[in-house]
Amino acid sequence: MREITAAPVEEIKQKYAYVTVNDQQTIIVPVDKLMEFMQGIKDEFEFEYLTNLTACDYPEETKLEVVYNLNSICKGYTVMVKTIISRDNPAMPSVFPIWGGANWQEREVYDLLGIVFTGHPNLKRILLDDKFDGYPLRKDYQWESVRE
Amino acid sequence: MLRTQEYILNFGPQHPATHGVFQVILTLDGERIVKAEPVCGYLHRGIEKLAEARTYTQVIPYTDRMDYLAAMLQNWGYVQAVEKLMGIEVPERAEYLRIISGELSRLTSHVLATGVYALDVGGFTGFLLCFREREKMMDLLEELTGSRMTTSYARIGGVADDVTEGWLDKLDKLMDEMPGYIEEYNGLITGNEIFQARTKFIGKLTPETSINYSLSGPVLRASGVNYDLRKAKPYGIYDRFDFEVPLGTNGDCFDRFYCRVLEMEQSVRIIKQAIEQIKEVDGPIIAKVPKVLKPPKGEVYQEIESSKGIIGYYIVSDGTNKPYRMHVRRPSFINLGYLDEMLRGYLVADVVAILGSIDIVLGEVDC
Repeated sequence: MREITAAPVEEIKQKYAYVTVNDQQTIIVPVDKLMEFMQGIKDEFEFEYLTNLTACDYPEETKLEVVYNLNSICKGYTVMVKTIISRDNPAMPSVFPIWGGANWQEREVYDLLGIVFTGHPNLKRILLDDKFDGYPLRKDYQWESVRE
Repeated sequence: MLRTQEYILNFGPQHPATHGVFQVILTLDGERIVKAEPVCGYLHRGIEKLAEARTYTQVIPYTDRMDYLAAMLQNWGYVQAVEKLMGIEVPERAEYLRIISGELSRLTSHVLATGVYALDVGGFTGFLLCFREREKMMDLLEELTGSRMTTSYARIGGVADDVTEGWLDKLDKLMDEMPGYIEEYNGLITGNEIFQARTKFIGKLTPETSINYSLSGPVLRASGVNYDLRKAKPYGIYDRFDFEVPLGTNGDCFDRFYCRVLEMEQSVRIIKQAIEQIKEVDGPIIAKVPKVLKPPKGEVYQEIESSKGIIGYYIVSDGTNKPYRMHVRRPSFINLGYLDEMLRGYLVADVVAILGSIDIVLGEVDC
């Protein structure tokens, strides 16, 4: 398999001192700098395409990781950006003003993991019923298996 | 100015033109759409949650149940993500078999989309014509994988089985006939005056909005954005084939429809080349992988071009034999997210034309 052109992670790291890069070349941004950073890399590094937005629950570390996969159509590279928020107060800004594609993806994350995206125009449940109790993709969600 | 009172019209959830169980709550001013609120989730099975309780191999059949019209492409995306996570090298023959079955899946999906779209805007014969060829392809897929639709053909490290004797010749013969069939669709559907009147300049999308709203697949390319992962980031062995990426200019319903028709021709081209090339390639169809798959701790995001757009798999491994978290970027879901803005200002009669042109599969939207 041919490797995808590597994104200029080093350059991004130098420009934005507050980010850290892990060994998988994932950029980790503190949540209070998220909007500034996202707008910055969209404008300057031409990540005009938000391809994937999701989150993952880590109850042992009492944290939720929100994952953004960004593509640059004109440059051909791709990057993964993560931000970490507390499990006890899962609120963070919505990237909908930057990429419209976040619209339904953030609603899905809210629906299944209970992360509140402030500034989202229509944040309500999308796959589950409005009266549904709990967030199924949280690890502590109790569900009944139909298998033994 | 004289205005009529706005009123609400329910479209679906039980309506044949929604291609499944899907509701749109339309706010109308006369016949004009003021606002549309899509309501999905009627087919939500919680595949992402179910995957957390299955081993890596057991997840493969679940991926079939998302976009069941092009199941092989869903399998492929998943196994490729796991392979990347584990660093597995896929044998060459398996790559060819994936290309052949994957492109055949894309063809069945596009033939269905073409036929159903003709039905959506009122042409029943086109629908039946397309189903005629679809069934021939389904027979071939059944012979190869054992199943017409839910193929589960890809395996982590390769594919499930090699082709039976004479299968490639049968496929080759059908691929020789396909351009003639596509010509028939063009004559009956694409060139039809009523069809064109119903679809041209309806539901227009600009390249900027398409990119901003993360649209993908024929929906994106119909607006003139050249972004096909098979070309942009060739995965597997796509760089060995000679094919083009069809683009639209207007970004309207007609362009989206016609992009699929043109893509069919390209898929036929790829399959023809793959049949030629695979004859020279012998060897195993699956890599040596351990019986119990335990990928190292870490995470991966891998995407491929499905028939509806970009399908991506995000998998987190905690070192055990079950995925800690799996998320699927479903193209139908994200493409559908822009429906509200797409419908605004058009007439009630255009709703079905616009919705049909996005080519959604509710199994994938609701996951």
